[in-house]
Amino acid sequence: MAPALINANPVVYEKKERPARSRPGDGDFDEYATEFIDQLEIFDILQICLCEFTYHNIDIKDPEHPYSLEELKVITEDAIEVDDKRSYVRVTFTPTVEHCSMATIIGLCLRVKLMRSLPSRFKVDIRVAPGTHATEDAVNKQLNDKERVAAALENPNLVDMVDECLTPSYE
Amino acid sequence: MTSIEEGVQLTEVQRLEGHTDRVWGLAWNPVTGTAGKPAMLASCGGDKTVRIWQQRNPSSTSFNCLEALEEIHTRTVRSCAWSPSGEKLATASFDATTAILEQNGNEFECVSTLEGHENEVKSVSWNASGSLLATCSRDKCVWIWEVLPGNEFDCVSVLQGHTQDVKMVQWHPMVDVLFSCSYDNTIKVWAEDGDSDDWRCVQTLSESNCGHSSTVWAVSFNATGEKMVTCSDDVTIKVWSVDIERLQSGDTNASWSHLCTLSGYHDRTIFSVHWSREGIIATGAADDAICLFIESEDHVIDGPKYKLLLKKEKAHDMDINSVRWSPTENRLLASASDDGTIKIWKLASLH
Repeated sequence: MAPALINANPVVYEKKERPARSRPGDGDFDEYATEFIDQLEIFDILQICLCEFTYHNIDIKDPEHPYSLEELKVITEDAIEVDDKRSYVRVTFTPTVEHCSMATIIGLCLRVKLMRSLPSRFKVDIRVAPGTHATEDAVNKQLNDKERVAAALENPNLVDMVDECLTPSYE
Repeated sequence: MTSIEEGVQLTEVQRLEGHTDRVWGLAWNPVTGTAGKPAMLASCGGDKTVRIWQQRNPSSTSFNCLEALEEIHTRTVRSCAWSPSGEKLATASFDATTAILEQNGNEFECVSTLEGHENEVKSVSWNASGSLLATCSRDKCVWIWEVLPGNEFDCVSVLQGHTQDVKMVQWHPMVDVLFSCSYDNTIKVWAEDGDSDDWRCVQTLSESNCGHSSTVWAVSFNATGEKMVTCSDDVTIKVWSVDIERLQSGDTNASWSHLCTLSGYHDRTIFSVHWSREGIIATGAADDAICLFIESEDHVIDGPKYKLLLKKEKAHDMDINSVRWSPTENRLLASASDDGTIKIWKLASLH
């Protein structure tokens, strides 16, 4: 895929300050407690920085410091709906521009990241925010057709791209 | 037809483990499970393998894995189908090919590979006599192949008409009329044109004529071939009917009409539907549940209606991709899931 500057000057937002959460290894962390998944947990999982995505979308001078989905406001906490009891997650993301051709790749990355991170009992729906993409219905349908997702994830080029997007790069 | 009583339950009799990824497809060998011949089931999935399972003995409900075929395809094996004689197994794969397997002694071997589709082949179906094979793909096409002696397969028609990938193809159980369902939300009916020997679309069932409003995943027929059931991402099940005498007299233009819509039973995509010989419709869906429906006698005035016989919640730990009734009268149902397992269920009376 040729590097195309789809959105050369994205608006970059400040990362929100959040209180530190207890983690495995912390003194008060009970590893035998039932794992409870909430909105912030999903948000943390989705703190992926899409290197490939930023490479294609942003004229980025420093590949060591790409923008995260949070900084681009592609994902906000409010756009994540979690029902742990029903094992259900719904993520609504906002592509950086209305005709962003990378929307399906971002959506695929979000799905793969959640597939790899959440217990298998979870059902995940991924959608673009209403009115934020020119071909919203088509993108939504494709992202939620598991046969198409399965076929896409057998395409080595696409898998490389997704893996690169999901590589943790900075903290 | 045996009467199907209210007090029945679906009991898990065995869990078949072996696949290392999601199981997509199942097919019972149609000539097994009777006359002392142990039942045989084929399965396929995301681990690129085809597995053959066989009943330990004709009276047992216990199955063994006879063979795991790993070399047939290079990508996901999406579906499989036995020829009516039970001698050949066709497998459709994301590697863009369809393979034909035959049993040689105790081993299965690939005797033919059908190439032609541009990309993922999603479904394969044999016609009632075993003389024709249909395949469909993400390339939006349906291919019809003629089965020739010596494991030769000749493409006789490439059917274009769907505007998106074609999810499943299924021949009518008696007449050589083909049905395809698609990501474009429609079901298309294809028949041979008597004058030109070519195949054409004779009917399209879309949302505008009571059809589905999202991807149609599967289609199945009742034993007499006069009714068809379809299931969809719109989380409904639809029953259709045709004038079977007209159809069997050779009028392939006999049109299918919407009979009823069953909604509110599943709350996520319904991937599979299968009608048993004795009239029970089974559905499997992304809500991990299996539902069984039977025709209801309660509303005979405005035509046949269907009612829920039972719903098995949490039938699997993950999405259910395929449900298949055994072709014999033993009331066995097989289901395949994203959880990597196949389950064999027995429908039995509570008392």
